Amino acid sequence: MKMKSPTALIPGLYLTLFFAYLFGPLIIMVITAFNSSTFPRVSPWECFTTDWFGKLAADDKLLAGLGNSLLIGVGVVCVAIPIGLAAAITLSQVGPKLRAALYTIFIAPILVPGVVIGLSTLIFWDRIGTLFNAPYESFFYDGTFLTIFGQVTFIAAYSMLVFLSRIQRFDTTLTEAALDMGATPTQAFVKVLLPFMAPAIGSATVLAFLASLENYNTTVFTIVSSSTFTTVLSSKVRYGLDPSISAVAVIIIAITLIGAIIYECRNRYNTKSWALVVAERPALKVATHPGTVAVILGVLALAAVMFIQNHDSNACTAQILEDKRALQQKLMEQQSLNTPQQNVPAPTMPNLGPVGGNEGGASAPSPFGNNIFSPENLGTNTPNDQ
Amino acid sequence: MTKEISLEHVWVEFGEFTAVHKANLNIAGGEFFSFLGPSGCGKTTLLRCISGFQEPTRGKVKIGGEDMRGVGPNKRPTALIFQNLALFPLRSIADNIAFPLEVRGVSKKNRRKRADELLELIALPGQGDKKVSELSGGQKQRVAIARALAVEPDILLLDEPLSALDLKLRQHMRTELRAIQKQVGLTFIYITHDQGEALTMSDRIAVMNKGKIEQIGDGKAIYDHPTTSFVASFVGENNVLDGTVLSNDGKVMQIDAGLGTPFAVENHPAGGPALAPGDACHLFVRPEALRLSKDESAINQFSTNFVTEEFEGNMRHIVMNASGKDLKLSLINDGTNAIEANAPVKLDFAPGMGIALKPGELASA
Repeated sequence: MKMKSPTALIPGLYLTLFFAYLFGPLIIMVITAFNSSTFPRVSPWECFTTDWFGKLAADDKLLAGLGNSLLIGVGVVCVAIPIGLAAAITLSQVGPKLRAALYTIFIAPILVPGVVIGLSTLIFWDRIGTLFNAPYESFFYDGTFLTIFGQVTFIAAYSMLVFLSRIQRFDTTLTEAALDMGATPTQAFVKVLLPFMAPAIGSATVLAFLASLENYNTTVFTIVSSSTFTTVLSSKVRYGLDPSISAVAVIIIAITLIGAIIYECRNRYNTKSWALVVAERPALKVATHPGTVAVILGVLALAAVMFIQNHDSNACTAQILEDKRALQQKLMEQQSLNTPQQNVPAPTMPNLGPVGGNEGGASAPSPFGNNIFSPENLGTNTPNDQ
Repeated sequence: MTKEISLEHVWVEFGEFTAVHKANLNIAGGEFFSFLGPSGCGKTTLLRCISGFQEPTRGKVKIGGEDMRGVGPNKRPTALIFQNLALFPLRSIADNIAFPLEVRGVSKKNRRKRADELLELIALPGQGDKKVSELSGGQKQRVAIARALAVEPDILLLDEPLSALDLKLRQHMRTELRAIQKQVGLTFIYITHDQGEALTMSDRIAVMNKGKIEQIGDGKAIYDHPTTSFVASFVGENNVLDGTVLSNDGKVMQIDAGLGTPFAVENHPAGGPALAPGDACHLFVRPEALRLSKDESAINQFSTNFVTEEFEGNMRHIVMNASGKDLKLSLINDGTNAIEANAPVKLDFAPGMGIALKPGELASA
């Protein structure tokens, strides 16, 4: 084998580091979702388990938050995309001086901190509501409504940026040509400009939806008494994490991967060179059709769900529990040997219940569990593995 | 059906800048009419006035006798072919051609039928499902024409449509455009800065400079009998001499151009701008009007010295110097016109081939 010079390895090394930096956290997160430890971690590895997915499915608060988030996401897309498109079209048609001024105004919401937007949205609509003497149940005080409007202010600006880069490549004589050939301005817009903008509308929609889904600092104010996915997650972080969050991550990553794979397959399937390759191979043509790929991935996902539902890790978790108890016993014995003169009562042995919240033992205190963060446990929970 | 167009005292002003200066003309139905002028002369603005993208500041644009003020481009019986053709890149050839029908609510089946007819006309049969990007420049050109013809407009406006093509294709498309115009019998209004295009294709030409129409006439009138110094110097090559009119008997003028004996020059056949004795003038003599003197007693004869020669195959373009003034001379390469490089050469021109005009702005070379 030919030896490569050390400098030739640098790009490879850099790439490895770069990808490790990008994907490392995700990989760790995925692994923790299958560890039976009640705190999301990789080591010590306890048992392979799928119980966290079950726990997630049973988490009504998180699911309700997710539902709200999806609703808000759709609402934001519906409002922000037309606004962003209108802003981009306006910018492409006005003179240079006005364009500079308008651009600054349109872009300002991105520069304003999300917290400020959240607070001001809340106050603004409260004032409007007061003005109309609206009851507290009206939409002026509705978290979903307020969050949509709060997020639209800056997500519309994001989508405008996406549209601007596309519309700058639009040949305005195409619109003139359409008008000249008898199209009304509406027809010219729908039949000429809109098809040209379609790819940008697609990407802006995805961007706007994701930006809405993951937004926290505006939403936390505007959501009022309701909750979204992000606010539920953050309260979970505050009041104690468990690997069901990792399970959420696994699901999101899986959906993203499936989407990306299908999209990429579609792109490759539609290239000319591939059309030539499959021209005389009908079997390959069917096999590489994005629809086929989608079906295969769907079946795989379904199989994964089935596996998750049916996998039973109780035997292993029971074994781990037994080992822990034994270890604890040993430690306690050691402790009592080391300090025989002090007649301190042995620390109460925590009840290490089985993992999997809906099985009854989840609320029991555990040395590494979620209740370590609970305020009522401060001081009372004696450290027992010193 | 064709409609006549008349421009009545059309002015277009952009703030301080006057793009079109009192344009007045009539274009008959079925005519191939060209606007010829250097870039920035206002010809495109005038075209946009006719197509409806620009409202004249003052004056009227009439199509078929109807005032077009306030009528949008989509309501006018005109079809414009853009300089960059403006074909819709996301549509197939057939969908491009059928676009004017689509916006008028014609059914898909009839649209396709009409598109196929037009593809036949432009000699691209069966290519309707191709993408725009798959066509060559000349084919795109023809598709743009077919699209403009789809709804049978009364007037076809063409804004330098050939300028993006290479020379061979341009010459081919000239013939083809003219043939299509004869075939469909529409009024064509053609904008160009290329005098070759204007002269070969047009029934009549309007030469424009700085927003003003300098002269309207057929190709022969514009070339042989220009009425302004600008037209004389813009259309074709021309030698210009500063001179003074010595006498004018109504038919022939005697002009002193500082090259020895005064020149005899015929008056403009259409009357033209009359020059009186004592007037300063520009005397234009085309390079092909100058000839090597065969005998010593020829009229309008003067002595020159050889400067340089450009050989073009069929023609020889020679620069001669007469009393410090360089003159261009075009001779057919038939082997009879030898020029001695170091001896004085006598040149002359026929009185009918000289053009004396009031001094005015000359086109920059």
